[in-house]
Order: sequence, then structure tokens, then C-alpha cells
Amino acid sequence: MSNTHAVSADKPEFYLTEEHHPESSTMLGFWIYLMSDCLMFAVLFVTYAVLGRNYAAGPAPADLFDLKLVAINTAMLLFSSITYGFAMLRMEKNDRSGTLLWLFVTGIFGAIFLALELYEFNHLIHEGAGPDRSAFLSIFFTLVGTHGLHVTFGTIWLITLMVQVAKFGLVEANRRRLMCLSMFWHFLDVIWIGVFSIVYLLGVLG
Amino acid sequence: METAMSSSNNLTDFIFGRLSWNALPFHEPILVVTFIAVALGGIAVVGALTYFRLWGYLWKEWFTSVDHKKIGIMYVVLALVMLMRGFADAVMMRTQQAIAFGANEGYLPPHHYDQVFTAHGVIMIFFMAMPFVTGIMNYVVPLQIGARDVSFPFLNNFSFWMTTAGAVIIMMSLFIGEFARTGWLAYPPLSGADYSPGVGVDYYIWGLQVAGVGTTLSGINLIATIVKMRAPGMTMMKMPVFTWTSLCTNVLIVATFPILTATLVLLTLDRYVGTHFFTNDLGGNPMMYVNLIWIWGHPEVYILILPAFGIFSEVVASFTGKRLFGYASMVYATVVITILSYLVWLHHFFTMGSGASVNAFFGITTMIISIPTGAKMFNWLFTMYRGRIRYEPPMLWTIGFMLTFVIGGMTGVMLAVPPADFVLHNSLFLIAHFHNVIIGGVVFGLLAGVNYWFPKAFGYKLDPFWGKMSFWFWQIGFWFAFAPLYVLGLMGVTRRVNHFEDASLQIWFVIAAFGAFLIALGIASFVIQLIVSFLKRDQLRDTTGDPWDARTLEWSTSSPPPDYNFAFTPVVHDHDSWYDMKRRGYVRPLEGFKPIHMPKNTGTGVILSGLSVALAFGLIWYMWWLAALSFLGIIVVAIAHTFNYKRDFYIPVETVTTTENARTKQLAEQA
Repeated sequence: MSNTHAVSADKPEFYLTEEHHPESSTMLGFWIYLMSDCLMFAVLFVTYAVLGRNYAAGPAPADLFDLKLVAINTAMLLFSSITYGFAMLRMEKNDRSGTLLWLFVTGIFGAIFLALELYEFNHLIHEGAGPDRSAFLSIFFTLVGTHGLHVTFGTIWLITLMVQVAKFGLVEANRRRLMCLSMFWHFLDVIWIGVFSIVYLLGVLG
Repeated sequence: METAMSSSNNLTDFIFGRLSWNALPFHEPILVVTFIAVALGGIAVVGALTYFRLWGYLWKEWFTSVDHKKIGIMYVVLALVMLMRGFADAVMMRTQQAIAFGANEGYLPPHHYDQVFTAHGVIMIFFMAMPFVTGIMNYVVPLQIGARDVSFPFLNNFSFWMTTAGAVIIMMSLFIGEFARTGWLAYPPLSGADYSPGVGVDYYIWGLQVAGVGTTLSGINLIATIVKMRAPGMTMMKMPVFTWTSLCTNVLIVATFPILTATLVLLTLDRYVGTHFFTNDLGGNPMMYVNLIWIWGHPEVYILILPAFGIFSEVVASFTGKRLFGYASMVYATVVITILSYLVWLHHFFTMGSGASVNAFFGITTMIISIPTGAKMFNWLFTMYRGRIRYEPPMLWTIGFMLTFVIGGMTGVMLAVPPADFVLHNSLFLIAHFHNVIIGGVVFGLLAGVNYWFPKAFGYKLDPFWGKMSFWFWQIGFWFAFAPLYVLGLMGVTRRVNHFEDASLQIWFVIAAFGAFLIALGIASFVIQLIVSFLKRDQLRDTTGDPWDARTLEWSTSSPPPDYNFAFTPVVHDHDSWYDMKRRGYVRPLEGFKPIHMPKNTGTGVILSGLSVALAFGLIWYMWWLAALSFLGIIVVAIAHTFNYKRDFYIPVETVTTTENARTKQLAEQA
């Protein structure tokens, strides 16, 4: 391009003559979103730390939690993270059906996790240990439930993405979306490790 | 017969939840008159829009626009509309307190007065100051960093509409049901189900939650924009100061609004599900709420003030014709304030009884904040020192700010001393203090910003005469309105009181009411300024794109800027890059234009926002079917939106050439 005005010894370039393509902001933006979500969980964890021992003469963690069930549940979620990783590896190889297969497996693990959690909630409520029993149970249901709600949304998102990958293939936009869901899914895993350790393990053993 | 009755009752309950005719304020003459006025005004506006066939234009060019400039302007319009509502509340309170002495009960009974002061605080912070700040950041930041839009243009439109939805929910409470009677932060147990069983607190909760979605997303968007979209050469330490303060503000938004959201969720569960987070019984702890809400609440005031500091920095440099004194120290001061703002929340409730050590810690961190703030003040002063100062309205607001804000800051340091706070806590002294910094800092800053960037946004300057009128009425009115509150606070008068026995206090309230009247004239002058400027727009026209001989990149493009902001992406070599370009003989390119890649408009944001209002309304009134349906609707619309993969287009090169040639001609005529 003939930017004769702009290029000379004492006058540096003041503009680009070619189209400027800033790097995509999506990953950064999604990371920041995850951190904001993390802060929501931080509030719930803090509330658990402050109110978690206020049993109000009601049941305590050791009376309520079935660690074996929770261990299975945790395994489901951890497996789902691994299988999501496999899906991403297949995506890198441009293998649409392989990606879809592993996404499907991830979704199944997620669904089992949710089913077990609902079973546990239902059981607790029937025992008279519902969220309105004590401050401890209020924050227990809220913290675990908020995580479960996230997994539910993640699963809906996963199904949506499976439809989109099946329909439109592993196009650029879908790859980006799979990356975002990947971060979201692993993030929920990390949060769950916190829940498992602090609420369940410390609650029963601590 | 009886079963038929009860089943029809059940049906009514199912459809309308707890909404009934009693919820409509027929028995409140003030509200009936307000409603008639609002309805007539609304009909007039709708009628005019229909008559002039503007709906299509508004929908296509504004409501569905993803252009950061238009979204920014819409935010500011929302803020100005809500300013009128919030200020009307303020006038009602001032009038009530000026007359309600002894036998005179005034005209606002306590249950109404309590709603008014709650609404005033909520509206002024969440729906006036926040959208105003966000609007100006939205408009200015991409232009200052040489970008064509924000990182996520659709998200930007969605954020705006969620903020608007929150405002709509709050406004609905005026005529359907009631608003919270709890004060603007809705402390439990007062805001819990036992003591506030009505819909007021639910309006509060859902209004803030819906708007909060918009605020958080817009924060993420602007951080990503500033980090990723800067023009080549613009390193962090070459960013304009306003962009720096915007960055810090948005970091604070993302770092604190989730806390507000989570805290309100817990309060919601207490009210809807019967949990015991903040109740008095079964292990709940109301002080937990107070802690959490202020961990959001204190950074919130810095969210508001930092962009104002940025505006003053731009204005001072432009209107003294000098490079800002101490750019680096300004940046560091901003960052230090950002961090410290997170470490002071407890000073809002020293009287909670956390003990001397805890109070001392938070008292000291609070006082430390005054150091970087003071550094900023000196930087502005030194910039002005031996500068060629032009007393245009933006500069007047800046000087007014410097005088007013310093006093507000000093009373803040007084409140930061725990023993003094035990005396002044919850008194009118506190009210005077935070109005002193919020009006003297935030509002003055925003009005400086409007006067400064208006010619960029609309292509003509604001009329300076009415700008000066507005400034003087505000400035003098402010002191008349709030100096008496300092005095009353020192005498021990507490806030949120709607009737007094001691007649000797009345004179101070009368003076304060007079101050509110002067501020009303200031607001009126501002409105007149807008109208007069529009009528005189040909005389006030800015054809240069740089009416103030300013220094940053937004002034290098035309006023108003084209849709694509810059035909060619600028390359930056120095901070104050437009000044650098002017100084070193930049010549505007006249050829070689290319097609420009831009995002497409979409109506999804408007639709999601409408559904959110319906969802909130259903939740507030226990109309569960409406809540469920609108929630489902939100999910469906959001998913459907992701099936649209064609979200961008190219502005053809002919359009770019025509636009740029028109500017070339305009510049030539100017010369």
C-alpha cells in the first residue's frame, strides 16, 4: 500500500494498512467467567465454614452421610472429566464420531452423578434432614445443590453441543465451544473435590 | 357449592399466586397521581413513536444493535431516566423531613417513607450510577484503545437489556404491590420472611439478580476487550488513564458481583425455601449477611468512583493542554485502590462488636486508601499547575469535584476511626459523607464525562451556558443539601427517620430541602442544556472530530464515529497517542480502504430480557406457572441462539470509502 504520507524517517506508522485481527478473546473471557463463578462457590464455602457446625440440635454430618455413596459419586464425576478429555483428544484428530462417542459417555457419567445426588437429597429429606432443619443443612443443600445445578446445566450444554457437532461438524465455532465446555466441566470437578473434602470427608472424619 | 367456590379459589390462586386487586395502590393518592402521570407520559411517548413510525428504526438501529457506541448511549439514557425517579424519591424524603415535626406527621406514612428511602438507594446505585458508568465505559473504551467493538458484541447487548430488565422490575413495584422497606442493602432478619412477608423484598431481590447478570457479563466483556483488543503498540503503560480505571473497575465488578449474587441467593432461599442462613433461629446468623453484602458493597463504591477518576484525568489533561502529571503513579494508585477496596468492608459495621483488633485492622486499611487517593488529587493539581486551563463545563465539574471530594474523603477518614464511628454510625453524618463522595465524585465525574464526550457521540457540543448553570446549581445545591446533615449527624440524629419531636432541628432540614431544590434546578438546567444544544446543533457542530484539542485516540476519528470506528487500525507509540500523532504530523489516509468485518445485530438480548422480567414477576407473586414457562423460554431461546452460526458480515469497501470521503470533505471545508 502506498502510505507515502505515513512512512518516512521521522514519521513512524500511525495506522495499519492491512486488516487487524486481534486474537480471539473467547478463552480469556470464559476463564474470567469461571473465576466469577468460582467466587460464588467461595461464598458458599465460606458460609459453610461459618455456619456448617450450627446443627441446631439436629443431625450432624456423621449421622447423615454415606461415604461409600459419595465415593462412587465422586468417581463418576472424575471419570466424566477423563472421558471429556478423550473427547477433546478425538476433536484434535478431527474425528467427529469419536468426539461424539466420548461426549456421550461423559454425559452418561454426569447423569449418574446427578441421579445419585438426587437420591441422596431425597433420602435426607425423608429422614427429616431437609434444608430447613438447621443452618448446617441449609448450607449443605445449597452448596452441593449449586454444584449439582451447574452439572445439570453442563449436561444440557453437552447435549446441545452434541447436536451441533453432529449437525455442523467440528467447525471452528464448535471447537471453541467444546473448549469452553471442557473448561467448565473440569472446573466443576475441581469444585467437587473441594465439596468432597471439606463437606463430606472433614464432616464425617474430621 | 362450597367445593365449587374453593376450586375456583384454587384456580385463581394458581393463576395469580398472591397477586390480587389489593396489590394495586388505589388507596394511595400519591401513587395514583404518579401512575396517571406516568401512564399519560407513556401513552404520549408510545403514540409519538407510532405516529412518526419510529418503532422499526428503534428496533433495527438501537434495540438490537451490537454496536458498543449505541449500547453505551442506551445505558446512559437508562441512567438518566432512573436519575429522575431516584431524585423524585430524594425530593419526597427531603420534603417529608422538612415538615414532619411535632404534631405535623408530614405526608408520607412510615410504611411509604421506608419504601421511598429503600428505592432511592437501590435506584441511585444500581440503576443510575451503574448504568451511567457502564455506558460511558462502553462508549469510550473501545474508541480509546483503537478497537472496532468490544470482545463480545452480542453479550454487550444482552447485558444492557438485563440491566434494563432489572430497572423494569424495580419500577413495577411502584404500581403493583410494594417495594422493600428495609433500606438499600436489605439486612436480615428484617428482610427475612418473618419480618417482611410481602413482595417488597422479593422485588428487590429479583430486580438486583436480573440486573446483576448484566453487570457481571459486561464486566467480563470489558476486561477481555481491554486485554485483547488494544491497538498494536498500546502496551499496558500506554493505555489512557480512563481505560486503566475502567479495567480496574471491571476487575472489581467481576470480583465482587458474584458475591452479591450468591448472598442474595442465600437470602432468597431463606425467604422461599425456609432455610436458616440469616434467621434468628436454628443456627442462622444475620451478621453473616452483613459481612457478605459489604464484601461486595465496599468494592462497589470503588467500581463507581474509579471510572470517575479516569474521566477527571482525561479532562484535566485535555483542558490544561498538558500531559497528565505522574501517569505511572496514577496507574499504580488506581491498582492499589482496587486491591485495598477489598480489605476494608468491615468498617461499615464497626459496631458489630468484632473486637478491638479486628476493628483496628479495618480502620487502618481504610485510612491507607486515602494515600493513593491523595496522590491522585496531587497529580491532577500538578497537571493544572502552570497549565493553560480552559474553563469549559467538563473542567468546571472537575474543579468542583476536587473541592467537594476532598472534604468527603476527610469525613470518610473520620468515620474510619472506630471510636468516632461508634458515635457517628448510622447517623446523618454518614449520609452526608457518602453523598459527599458519591455526588461530589461519581455524579460530578459522570456529568464531566457527558459534557466531555457528548460532541464525540453526537457530533455537536453541549451548550456551555446551560452547562455552567447546571454546574453551579448542583455545586451550591449540594452544599446546602448536605452540610446540614453533617451538623445533624454530629448532634446524633439517625438516618431513615420520618418524623421528629425536637423542633430545634427543623431549620437544618429546611436548609437541606432548599439544597435539594437547588439540585433540582441543576438537573433542570442539564435537561435544558440537552434541548438547547439540540436546537443549536448547527452552531455547536464539531466537524473536526477533535473539538477540545484532546489527546487520546477517540478524538482521532470523526464525531460521531462511523460504525466501524476506525477505517484503519491505529498504531500507538506513546500514551496520549492522538496528541503524539498530531505532534508528529500524522496525515489521515485517503485511500486503500478495505471491507470491514463487523458483527450482526440480533434481537435475542431483548427477548431474553423480556422473559427474565416475566420470570421475576412469576417468582415475586408466586405465579409458578409463569416462572416455569418463562424459565423454559429463556433456555429455549438461549439454545436456539447458539444455532445461529452466521453472526458477522462485511461492511463493503464502497460504504467505507463513501463514509471516509464525506469526512475528508468535511475536514477540507473546515480548513
